[in-house]
Amino acid sequence: MLRRTLLASAAATAMLGGVAMADGHEPTKVGFVFVGPVGDGGWTYEHNQGRLAVEEAFGDQVETVFVESVPEGPDAERVMTQMALEGADLIFTTSFGYMDPTINVAANFPDVRFEHATGYKQADNVSVYSARFYEGRAVQGHIAGQITESNIIGYIASFPIPEVIRGINSAYIHALEVNPDVEFKIIWAYTWFDPAKEAEAAAVLIEQGADVILQHTDSTAPQAAAQAAGNVYTFGQASDMSEFGPMPRVSSIIDDWAPYYIARTQAVMDGTWESTSTWDGIGAGMVGIGEISDAIPAEVKASAEAMVARLASGEYHAFTGPINKQDGSVWLAEGETASDYGDDGLAGMAFYVEGLTAEIPQ
Amino acid sequence: MFGSIDPLLLLASLMVAATPILLAAIGELVVERSGVLNLGVEGMMITGSIVGFIAAITTGSPWLGFIAAALSGAAISLLFGILTQYLMSNQVATGLALTLFGLGLAALLGQGYLGVKAPAFPDWHIPLLGDIPVIGPIIFQHDPMVYVGLAIVAGVWWFLKKTRAGLVLRAVGENHEAAHALGYHVVRTRLLAIMFGGACAGLGGAYLSIVRVPTYADSLTAGAGWIALAIVVFASWKPGRLLLGAYLFGGVTVLQLNLQAAGVQFPVILLALSLIAVGVAGLISLWRKDRLKSLGSAVSVALVAGGTICIPLLSGKMAPLKVEYLSMSPYIATILVLVIMSASGAPGSLGKIFHASR
Repeated sequence: MLRRTLLASAAATAMLGGVAMADGHEPTKVGFVFVGPVGDGGWTYEHNQGRLAVEEAFGDQVETVFVESVPEGPDAERVMTQMALEGADLIFTTSFGYMDPTINVAANFPDVRFEHATGYKQADNVSVYSARFYEGRAVQGHIAGQITESNIIGYIASFPIPEVIRGINSAYIHALEVNPDVEFKIIWAYTWFDPAKEAEAAAVLIEQGADVILQHTDSTAPQAAAQAAGNVYTFGQASDMSEFGPMPRVSSIIDDWAPYYIARTQAVMDGTWESTSTWDGIGAGMVGIGEISDAIPAEVKASAEAMVARLASGEYHAFTGPINKQDGSVWLAEGETASDYGDDGLAGMAFYVEGLTAEIPQ
Repeated sequence: MFGSIDPLLLLASLMVAATPILLAAIGELVVERSGVLNLGVEGMMITGSIVGFIAAITTGSPWLGFIAAALSGAAISLLFGILTQYLMSNQVATGLALTLFGLGLAALLGQGYLGVKAPAFPDWHIPLLGDIPVIGPIIFQHDPMVYVGLAIVAGVWWFLKKTRAGLVLRAVGENHEAAHALGYHVVRTRLLAIMFGGACAGLGGAYLSIVRVPTYADSLTAGAGWIALAIVVFASWKPGRLLLGAYLFGGVTVLQLNLQAAGVQFPVILLALSLIAVGVAGLISLWRKDRLKSLGSAVSVALVAGGTICIPLLSGKMAPLKVEYLSMSPYIATILVLVIMSASGAPGSLGKIFHASR
């Protein structure tokens, strides 16, 4: 009980801080909780770019704080609580594993706004936002299926959560579409960031015949491993990773959080912030497709660019039926597109599509 | 049964995967044999990884990178040495602080080097030896640092076992007051050991950033330093067992990735058999040491009995190994062996503060 009272009074203090801010004397304080180091060259790097863009856009009116390499667990609650106690007005928690900690801490600080990336739990003061990375995965699969010669595509996955499973399904469907013989070998690294392990995983996939490596982990280590191996293609993850182009990196999925972060900070300043659920893709610019290099055949590049355009315009949905689940049951009928939420929706996807041979770890 | 796994490549990559831990662990072994517990291995490794990386990039020579990494590791460990040996600070706390300091320092130094690629460090194809079928590709076609690591292990074994200086170092570690009474320089010996440990950890870190990954990213070592510390205990402070421990850990790490990628259907009976094997190995090692009464022997017997009971129940069953179990297997293996070997043979003065006036 005492803890509650303490937290409540702390929240009141934070609110007073908020009032002072409204006078224009105090800058708006924006906190960021990062899962990796800002120098990972991938996921956290791009979130930090978004943070820097907020500073750039608002100058003295805003103060940003961040804590990097925060484990996804109880420790995250401590970090968020600390930020809220120190007077943050808006806190971005930028990894799936912060979902429950964010909800818990937000309940203690009703006047602090929280924004949780890639999750699905909302509250009055918790918004969720994510990017439709699976659109980028569709493009990767489309390219990978055509450039592979061994017909084996390696996939370094992080954790078995909907986000990652969507990516595997999307890449597989589009690789299969252009290459009926394609096979996916999937390694679950159980980490977002561990360069040595990622390098090891890439090396193992290459040893087992993969000549295209897709990664859902954040470091550039798989790119370097592919480069050392020679004839292996990769795609930049979260960040462009263009330093590894034109080979092995032939394209990339780039996360661009800056416009969203600026808009949400503005909303807090204007007092118009509301709990929302944002899920934008290539069309809205939250997902960027890095330049497709000339290391791949011109016609493949052209068809991939055409696909990017159709995804951006909304003319094509990356999950368009007919698609069966792994067990053979029908998921999407001919011409049907996947819904975002609800049973079998994209947000909670927990099954593989037909043709993938592995099993999702439970 | 092993699908697309190539046993040759598996064994070859085992040696590479084990090298960073091996380097860091052999350095820490010498430090602990001198009676000092330095928990800052992780911090010294990451410092070595960034300093070595910067040196390799600016000079274009990976070898200069390794030298710089060793020097930087030794330099940062000297900080620990001065604090613990002259100012007599608590070794555990100082070691932990050294880890935090190293991680921060590396992140600072690494600012401008993210995403930069290390200069190439080609594998040695050793003439004649490298051409031997089977053994050649497994053992004799690696990059030179793999052999440097092995040479350091052999050198440490020889130093501790065969030289007078090694005897002095061990004496200081076993009983610093007695060594002091005999006129040996306890603090000087320990400082040298600490610097050697730092240099080796630096080399291990640089192996990651220059050869294994090969690029720098923050938190590159991702806990390798802690594994190295565990392996020193695992090895009961003996260089030969240390090699075994590092290769076991590296081997299980690589094997679990291979099994995942190949989607192997694993006969469960093999699990039972491996339990028995570990148990028997534990019993044998304990019997040879005449220490059958310890907890380790109880665990060993339990493993053998459990495995034997399981065989009729499990025979013929196939199950896809769960990824979670595969991922934890390197750590489980380390823990099991730690229990069986029951952490005996620690240097007598390990972690104790020495002052000549006492």
